[in-house]
Amino acid sequence: MSRVGGPRDGADARGLSATSTREVRQETMIINMGPQHPSTHGVLRLLLELDGETVISCTPIVGYLHTGIEKNTEYRTWQQGVTFVTRADYLSPFFNEVGYCLAVEKLLGIEAPPRAQVLRVLFCEMNRIASHLVWLATSGLELGAVSMMLYGFREREQILDIFEAATGLRMNHAYVRIGGVLMDLPDGGMERIGDFLQMMPGRIDEYERLLTRNPIWLQRNSGVGPLSAEDALALGVTGPMLRAAGVARDVRRDEPYCGYETYGFDVVTRDGADCYARYLVRIEEMRQSLRIVGQCLDRLREPGPVMVDDPKVRWPAQLEVGPDGIGNSQAYITHIMEESMEALIHHFKMVTEGVSVPPGEVYVPVESPRGELGFYVVSDGGNRPYRVRMRDPSFVNLQAAPQMIRGGLVADVIAVIASIDPVLGGVDR
Amino acid sequence: MPVERVEGFRSGRTAEQGEEEFERGLLLTTIDRAVGWARKQSMWPVTFGLACCAIEMMATGAGDYDLSRWGMEVFRASPRQADLMIVAGRVSQKMAPVLRTIYDQMPEPKWVISMGVCASAGGMFTNYAVVQGVDTIVPVDIYVPGCPPKPEMLMYGILRLHEQVRTEGSFK
Amino acid sequence: MSAVGVAERVRATYPDVVVARDEASVSLGREDLLPALESFRADPALRLDFLSSVTATDWPGRDPRFWMVYELSSNDLRHRLRVKVGLHEDDLHVPSVTGLFPTADWHERETFDFYGVVFDGHPDLRRILLPDDWEGWPLRKTEELGGVDTRFHGAFIPPVDRRTP
Repeated sequence: MSRVGGPRDGADARGLSATSTREVRQETMIINMGPQHPSTHGVLRLLLELDGETVISCTPIVGYLHTGIEKNTEYRTWQQGVTFVTRADYLSPFFNEVGYCLAVEKLLGIEAPPRAQVLRVLFCEMNRIASHLVWLATSGLELGAVSMMLYGFREREQILDIFEAATGLRMNHAYVRIGGVLMDLPDGGMERIGDFLQMMPGRIDEYERLLTRNPIWLQRNSGVGPLSAEDALALGVTGPMLRAAGVARDVRRDEPYCGYETYGFDVVTRDGADCYARYLVRIEEMRQSLRIVGQCLDRLREPGPVMVDDPKVRWPAQLEVGPDGIGNSQAYITHIMEESMEALIHHFKMVTEGVSVPPGEVYVPVESPRGELGFYVVSDGGNRPYRVRMRDPSFVNLQAAPQMIRGGLVADVIAVIASIDPVLGGVDR
Repeated sequence: MPVERVEGFRSGRTAEQGEEEFERGLLLTTIDRAVGWARKQSMWPVTFGLACCAIEMMATGAGDYDLSRWGMEVFRASPRQADLMIVAGRVSQKMAPVLRTIYDQMPEPKWVISMGVCASAGGMFTNYAVVQGVDTIVPVDIYVPGCPPKPEMLMYGILRLHEQVRTEGSFK
Repeated sequence: MSAVGVAERVRATYPDVVVARDEASVSLGREDLLPALESFRADPALRLDFLSSVTATDWPGRDPRFWMVYELSSNDLRHRLRVKVGLHEDDLHVPSVTGLFPTADWHERETFDFYGVVFDGHPDLRRILLPDDWEGWPLRKTEELGGVDTRFHGAFIPPVDRRTP
């Protein structure tokens, strides 16, 4: 450093005066990220300890969305539990419902009719695509690919239109019920899904053209947030995060439910174990889900019942989608109000008292877009659940966040949290 | 806009003072209209999406139901730069102080839309963990019911708020 | 291996095994928990090396009142086992399994948060989902559901018809 006129007051060439001792201290800085933050995928709070730009430690603090769902299910009937449980992981409501209903059906010892199982698989796989689209949209937005946000939500609107036509709601449907599903597909539903299947592969190719070999996307994701297979298994991580580390673990393949063993699909794995590998896994999973949806459509060509026949279990009403959502169909209302007193009494008892489930406990896992979603359900023989525990994949996957963030840069925290794809509703329940 | 003269208003004023007051009233009314129009024209929301309603709020901001028709697609992350807080989702007991802090950090004038039944009244979660209505913490201008409300419902709530803002007058 | 096969294998060392609805469940004493989990992982026929979930259930008429539930599964052999440990309400301690399965960290914090079960040896046992200064263990059957009558930090939320604007 050159100084005009030479050093003053005995200062040396660096400009530090010999008389004033200046200490250069190095401290780590503790930064709070969240809970209100645009990029944390919900109300997640991260306490980051930084040394410059390097993250030394990271502590996730959760609980900002704790809703008491598990306690609330103990005070409602078994059927009402579906509406509570569906709002836990709100980006994959069908999975919550399917897991819960499978657990209750296992306790009851019944099985949903085949057409209901196909419908469950169909809606679950479309929900998987919708959830991955939200992940892609928000991750793209956070890392700077703003147009990805618009593309992702554009396709998601198509899926939500199909959901709305079939179940009456865009989200949190309460469509899967104990013993089957609520209603069959509406008229024209299969054509709409077929059109969606025609359109979607081209769109996924469009996303890949935008991102997969994009130098910015590669630099922000490649090598970022590594989580080896051993660490992932020790930390209980499942889902695309585990499959991106090379472990082919998928509940649909290992412990099939709803007839998944009869569908042809691949369990997608990659070897990178970083954010980029997780991105590739999710993109390919969307394609595999489209494959499964196509197979479901073929199986839906033969008609059949969508709810089990047992009058002590089945939802008594026939419902249809009206102008303001799902409601009892006119024919059914006529039947119970004017034709049959027994049907009215039965309807009343089923709606107020609900199903009586024999005592016992079960654990049923399903493969949600984020990993293994497990339901541990305990019954004491009554018409209310005794304990419903949701083993949510985001809750467990988020535990791995410190491992992946430590040692990286602050800017990579966003990429890592995005690649975990946490849904704080599931984390906090 | 027709101006009504109130009977018996003059109390110890001369005709010239009355004229001056009339003109000032006209000026203030015009300013009111201008300010009201400007405030509602581009009201920037703060990102306060909590749960399922947040996804519908994002869908409202995305391409199909476009909020940028009203200049609102910029969701400011910092509450200091925002003037609308859309509380989208269930507010847990742990989040309540954070909600109040964010609200306090917003500069005046500010408005609050309570989106969804969980924010309006606790929703289906009448239990220990959820605040039974966000109006116990912050003053709410518009309640939008629904679980979650469709984007069209949220847009209707936003437009009603715009009408309210446009006509409320700037000197509260 | 099927559930019955798993049950037979476990019954040799821990006789209190039940198979119901195609699921095997073994009940242990608290002091047997860590050795049992280690042996289940090491046993070449069981290889239960993945812990899915740790939780508890409250049975307030029974003794022991609290039952810890551990869901184990095997990555390679694809079978499951449930391990249950009964705890009495005046001695609500259980050894933490985070040494064997690091994934149990947050699960145990959640169980502590909801039931008040203390995990000996846990690296950082504090509340996770509820605010840090919350009083009470909400998921116990003796605690109320709450709602409009919840008091927290001196604030009280009245029912909707008793609120003044």
